Amino acid sequence: MAQNYYQKETETMSREEMRKLQSEKLVKQVRHVYENVPYYKNLMDEKGVTPDDIKSIDDLHKLPFLSKADLREAYPYGLLAKPLSECVRIHSTSGTTGRRVVAFYTQHDVDLWEDCCARAIVAAGGTKDDVCQVAYGYGLFTGGAGLHGGSHKVGCLTLPMSSGNTERQVQFMNDLGATILCCTPSYAAYIGESLKEQSIGPDEIPLKAGIFGAEPWTEEMRKNIEQTLGIKAYDIYGLTETSGPGVAFECSEQTGMHVNEDHFYAEIIDPDTGEVLPEGSRGELVFTALDKEAFPLLRYRTRDICVLSRKQCSCGRTLVKMAKPMGRTDDMLIIRGVNVFPSQIETVLLNEGYEPNYQIIVDRVKNNDTFEVNVEMTADKFTDKVGEILAMEKSLSLAMKTMLGINPAVRLVAPKSIVRSEGKAVRVIDKRKLV
Amino acid sequence: MAIQQLTVFVENTPGAIIPVTETLANNNINLRALSLAETEDFGILRLIVTDTARAEQVLKAEGYLTRIAEVVGVKIGDAPGKLSDALKVLAESKVSLEYLYSFFARTERHAYVVLRVEDNAAAQAALTNAGLHLITDADIQKL
Repeated sequence: MAQNYYQKETETMSREEMRKLQSEKLVKQVRHVYENVPYYKNLMDEKGVTPDDIKSIDDLHKLPFLSKADLREAYPYGLLAKPLSECVRIHSTSGTTGRRVVAFYTQHDVDLWEDCCARAIVAAGGTKDDVCQVAYGYGLFTGGAGLHGGSHKVGCLTLPMSSGNTERQVQFMNDLGATILCCTPSYAAYIGESLKEQSIGPDEIPLKAGIFGAEPWTEEMRKNIEQTLGIKAYDIYGLTETSGPGVAFECSEQTGMHVNEDHFYAEIIDPDTGEVLPEGSRGELVFTALDKEAFPLLRYRTRDICVLSRKQCSCGRTLVKMAKPMGRTDDMLIIRGVNVFPSQIETVLLNEGYEPNYQIIVDRVKNNDTFEVNVEMTADKFTDKVGEILAMEKSLSLAMKTMLGINPAVRLVAPKSIVRSEGKAVRVIDKRKLV
Repeated sequence: MAIQQLTVFVENTPGAIIPVTETLANNNINLRALSLAETEDFGILRLIVTDTARAEQVLKAEGYLTRIAEVVGVKIGDAPGKLSDALKVLAESKVSLEYLYSFFARTERHAYVVLRVEDNAAAQAALTNAGLHLITDADIQKL
């Protein structure tokens, strides 16, 4: 398959040239931050590091980390590195874990972010002849704005749908010939369900590719979406703290996401010691914004557990690849002493022929953890016999035990009874008061 | 000779059945018989109605999970021991019974039993041979 690139020179740059570029940018960036962000200057001073100590990308490990706690403490302007008069945009996190994070952008920052999204769209096969339906939420959330901007840069005809109103999404997709869909994977799956309900087959819609991100999803879910929508489904990664989606993106190989490392340098660290781990190790993903101006986070700890790889990619890009995050250091549940990732539950459901619509409810009763999983009944499996439904619950519980090592009480519930905000689904309700 | 039973998945929460029966009422569909099997979490509502296909259509449109099952309907006399007689016929023919429920007609002095069995044909043959009268969907509409 012929490869297209949005910025070929950067995307296929030799390792040596890339390191040189990264080093130049880092040296400049550290000085910019040191001089303009007193909060980070203090952290550097405490560590005894000055901008003079940073001579190349090899010196990055000398710099202090930033975490979500720092962002909360410095809220809202404490990490701003440019006067507000030079900023043109604000975005904010969805605030699912604590206080919202606000990020600032200069026009330069918006441009480089949109370039990153454009690289993702081109890698998914997008050209100026495509119609790109952006069904991420628009507004403070970075999803809509990022892909919208990227779509413009590629020259796609952009359909700024935002999320929700599924009926209209499907109608416009068909009437206006959308070929690329950008949204969260759970919303893509939801659109797929709606099509199924309306008996619209994957061959009857114009879509050819989807770019899905902003929440964790599994390979099984990818297959499911690819089948119901009849497309290739590409992963995209990013976070508001670094800019938004497009920090990393998938290519035709679909074996991990290329990090736009000319803008965002990735490290894997040991989450306990902070030590940088060698390539191929599993650990916490850390990003350094090499040339963002307004909100340039250095060594930001993402809490995503991940692996980086520099194996040669068949697409020709030399950009380092990150695996799909294997979970977050903070969404991992410990139930009866066992580590449980919600993505494991999803894998079981898809393997057993259920839709990935579930909710985990954990509580503590008399010092014992209770572990319940609500799963939506499907039309295929519904029967008039109570015994058979109880057997389905039991067999799901058993399959989860095989995967996790502990078995939940599985409850089959009515379709669509698990609340889906049409963006991020609430997967876990932890009622335990763990102090 | 089987009759159609409409099955609906409902949550075991207060009032969960009301929107089902209201939907049917609003569409002028009359209930002939119903049975509810419930667990702690969910209920399975089984309905014999005057227009099964349309009942399923309107409930599906409301987002309910539904399924149509073929069941056997048999008319028995309204007197002590008549149900036992019918059940003995099935037992003797080794037809295993999943569940049953019954109803009365407005006009006749007869009871009707809805039987969910493993083998409809065997149950129908056994009951007919024993001289019992099976009912059809057409009968349901007239009752």
